[in-house]
Amino acid sequence: MSQAQATVSLPEPTVISRILRGLAGNRTGTIGFVLVVLILAAAIFAPWISQYDPAAIMTGPRMAPPSSDHWLGTDNLGRDLFSRVLAGGRVAMLVAGASLGAALSLGLVLGLVAGLGPRWLDNLLLLLFDALRSFPTIVFGLAVVTLVGPSLFTVILVVAITSVPIYARIIRTQAQSLRNAEFVMAERAMGAGLPRILFVHVLPNVLGPLLILASMDVPLVIATEAGLSFLGMGVRPPTSSWGVILNDGYNFIRNSPWPVIAGSVPIVLVTLGFTFLGEALRDIFDPRLQKAN
Amino acid sequence: MSEQKLMHSSNAMRGDDHVPLMLIEELSVDFSTARGPIHALRHISLEVAAGRILGLVGESGCGKSSLAYSLIGLLAGNARITHGVIRLGDDDLAHLSAARWRELRGKRIAMIFQDPMTSLNPVRTIGQQMMDIQYRERITRAEKRKFAVDFLAQVRIPDPEARLDSYPHELSGGMRQRVCIAMALLTRPDLLIADEPTTALDATLEVQIIHLLRELQQKFGCSVIFVSHHLGTVAELCDDVAVMYAGEVVEQGSVDEIFRQPAHPYTQALLECDPGSIREATRILPTIPGGLPDLRQVPTGCIFQDRCPQVFERCRREHPGFHLGERTQMARCHLIEQGEMTP
Amino acid sequence: MSLLEVDHLEVRYRRLGRVKAALRREEATFPAVADVSFALEAGRTLGLVGESGSGKSTVAKSLIGLQPASGSIRYGGREIGSASQSEWQRLRREISMMWQDPVGSLSPRLSIASLVTEPLKIQGHKRSSDDADRLLSMVGLSTDLGSRYPHQLSGGQARRVGVARALALDPKLLIADEPTAGLDMSVQGEILNLLNEIQSRTGVAILVITHNLNLVRHVTDEVAVMYLGRFVEQGLTDAIFRHPRHPYTEALLSANPSPNPDERHGRTELSGEMPSPFWRPAGCEFHGRCPHARPDCADIVPGWTGEGERGYACRYPL
Repeated sequence: MSQAQATVSLPEPTVISRILRGLAGNRTGTIGFVLVVLILAAAIFAPWISQYDPAAIMTGPRMAPPSSDHWLGTDNLGRDLFSRVLAGGRVAMLVAGASLGAALSLGLVLGLVAGLGPRWLDNLLLLLFDALRSFPTIVFGLAVVTLVGPSLFTVILVVAITSVPIYARIIRTQAQSLRNAEFVMAERAMGAGLPRILFVHVLPNVLGPLLILASMDVPLVIATEAGLSFLGMGVRPPTSSWGVILNDGYNFIRNSPWPVIAGSVPIVLVTLGFTFLGEALRDIFDPRLQKAN
Repeated sequence: MSEQKLMHSSNAMRGDDHVPLMLIEELSVDFSTARGPIHALRHISLEVAAGRILGLVGESGCGKSSLAYSLIGLLAGNARITHGVIRLGDDDLAHLSAARWRELRGKRIAMIFQDPMTSLNPVRTIGQQMMDIQYRERITRAEKRKFAVDFLAQVRIPDPEARLDSYPHELSGGMRQRVCIAMALLTRPDLLIADEPTTALDATLEVQIIHLLRELQQKFGCSVIFVSHHLGTVAELCDDVAVMYAGEVVEQGSVDEIFRQPAHPYTQALLECDPGSIREATRILPTIPGGLPDLRQVPTGCIFQDRCPQVFERCRREHPGFHLGERTQMARCHLIEQGEMTP
Repeated sequence: MSLLEVDHLEVRYRRLGRVKAALRREEATFPAVADVSFALEAGRTLGLVGESGSGKSTVAKSLIGLQPASGSIRYGGREIGSASQSEWQRLRREISMMWQDPVGSLSPRLSIASLVTEPLKIQGHKRSSDDADRLLSMVGLSTDLGSRYPHQLSGGQARRVGVARALALDPKLLIADEPTAGLDMSVQGEILNLLNEIQSRTGVAILVITHNLNLVRHVTDEVAVMYLGRFVEQGLTDAIFRHPRHPYTEALLSANPSPNPDERHGRTELSGEMPSPFWRPAGCEFHGRCPHARPDCADIVPGWTGEGERGYACRYPL
């Protein structure tokens, strides 16, 4: 609305300081940011944080409640739950990073091709995207697992394939609207070639919203991984994963609640952290959604 | 508040025979931003006469749209009325409950906007929307439909019966704006606020729309506030005019007075700039050098001082009050008080 | 020889797919621009005037090779209508364009300094911050603006950036699409003065495209008025303003409400709106809106009456 336009423009802050300032002014954004930083740090520095090998059995008594030796207690094989949660975090971050990274890059390419290429190719790709999207992720995952066999790589593959259409569709829509944008016409009139228009003018405008979306998808991916692992279709023992911890603990929930708590709390925290952060970033970058302060 | 006194005494002095429909007194509006509040409107006092058309004219950033939106309670979320009253009948629109606003809008006050495409619902037909808006009337659907056809005919839409089943995107921009006018008048408001209704239209259509507005206003006898940046349109359509600059009304009066003998240096400069009014071909067009002041820190003295060609020492020091020119014309300028008005 | 010579330019838009058109035995395309001819000399300015839908922007796009067209476009004596990509690459140094939307035509993630020097970069020249400063000061902008981004500029500032960028390579032909659209009155004059000043210094030929006939009076030497994709009147600016011959020109001239209270009457007001170019009226395409139309205007297509630079398409000129 024109009425709120500032009459003077002072030099505006850079992107990073804009993000930090925006997060500081947004309580859930701050919580999300802190959670995400803590989770990433825990995953990266896991071997140095915990003294136990997550796969080592009988590091203490079985099914022990939390103590100063075992911060989150131990599981039915006497493995230290705290180190298993940390190791599970590494797996979760690896799955999220690898699968979303793959989905993003493939989605970007396919989306640009669909959005900027000829009409028939666009229609063909859309058909493909819709066909892929029509399977529920878990069902699709089960089918792939029966074909390829369960492994960490399978999980990554499943998540990547099912996420590609989402990103590709978004990129396609953005690319189509940018293709007819006046600044793109202006660049063409100055003689800019396709690579320059693509990399200098289209990509930077598409990438921001996409990364925000991806950050909000992280919990989804981790839940998928946990779900597949819980069903025994994901990472193989003795590798730790939050889904595996949950699955192991679930059988003994009458004896001790600690393994289930240790496996589910990080999933909740990751979900909250990335969702809060993603929403805050979206508010910062989309001024139309900015609430009046 | 000496300024307020001045206003009132001047009203008394000119022995105004127009009955005021709406009285705006000392209205101030702030917009909060990350870098501090913008004092977008400051001590606006205006009177909207019953059955007349008031033009709010000024360049972008002058606050004319903010003023219009505050009169129908549709200011943006970060805006706040900090001071003043807006009298309409027994109501003070500056301090009104949400429930009372809903009663007033679309009944006593209606509004049309710059872009008729975005103010119509794209997935409902013109007819459905025109019947929806009569939800207050206790009449049958057939009667509502009849009213809708009747009003489309009044805004000169050809074949109105058939148009009822059209969707907004099937109409041209000019036709859509006519539909918006018909819908606004359908509720027979006392006050119609039109925010740049012709800016998005071609010149030949603009002329059609302002003539239509004029004709309908006379037929329905309502008051109209017409917001525009285009002096010619205001001169052609309006009875009274208020010239705004940087959140203040700097000059007001009847159209004849202001466009024949502009008193404020800003009004004078604005009139000189209009390329359409320059009848001799020239390669060097007049401009108003400089820019708007920062409304976060409103300067002391006259708001136009930095761009005024006739600025003198007192303008830097003292904010000018409203000074009476001839008849109903008033301008915020020290020169007039000193009798050095140079129209 | 003129710098730019356009002969019988025609642009057709597709209305139906090829298969559908063949099945229905209808034309698949319709002309959005038809039979447009004009010439522009170096150092002169031509105004192309018409309402939205008149095809004026389409003419501009075909002149910079972004819109396929038939007919002849000769630039510097050479036919460019069918120029190859590599020829266009070179031509774009000499033909530049100012776009209608001042902010929307600037790539939003680039700084102003890189935006004004974009043509240098694209055409393979080295660019430095000196170039940005030189271009910004040429259009009267502070060089501090170089580090800002398009959305931080006012409409007038963004417009000046557009001018600076269009002039970065010293073009011989500048196409300005609605150069004052969305600007305040006091800023419109600044931009027009800037264009005039640059033209008298560099001798660039300018094609101004606008819907506001009153605007072209102060910047153009010649004017062509378009209606439904065709020229209806053409001539020297002074002559057209002194004595418009086509009723549409007269209507456009008087469609500018004047702030002078004494000039409010005696206006030619048009009824109705411009028809769509694929349902072109028979006879004179303007007859349905013409206040002076006679019965036979609906049947007979008016030819072009021309004497020298002046011409119009009306059988009963004013």
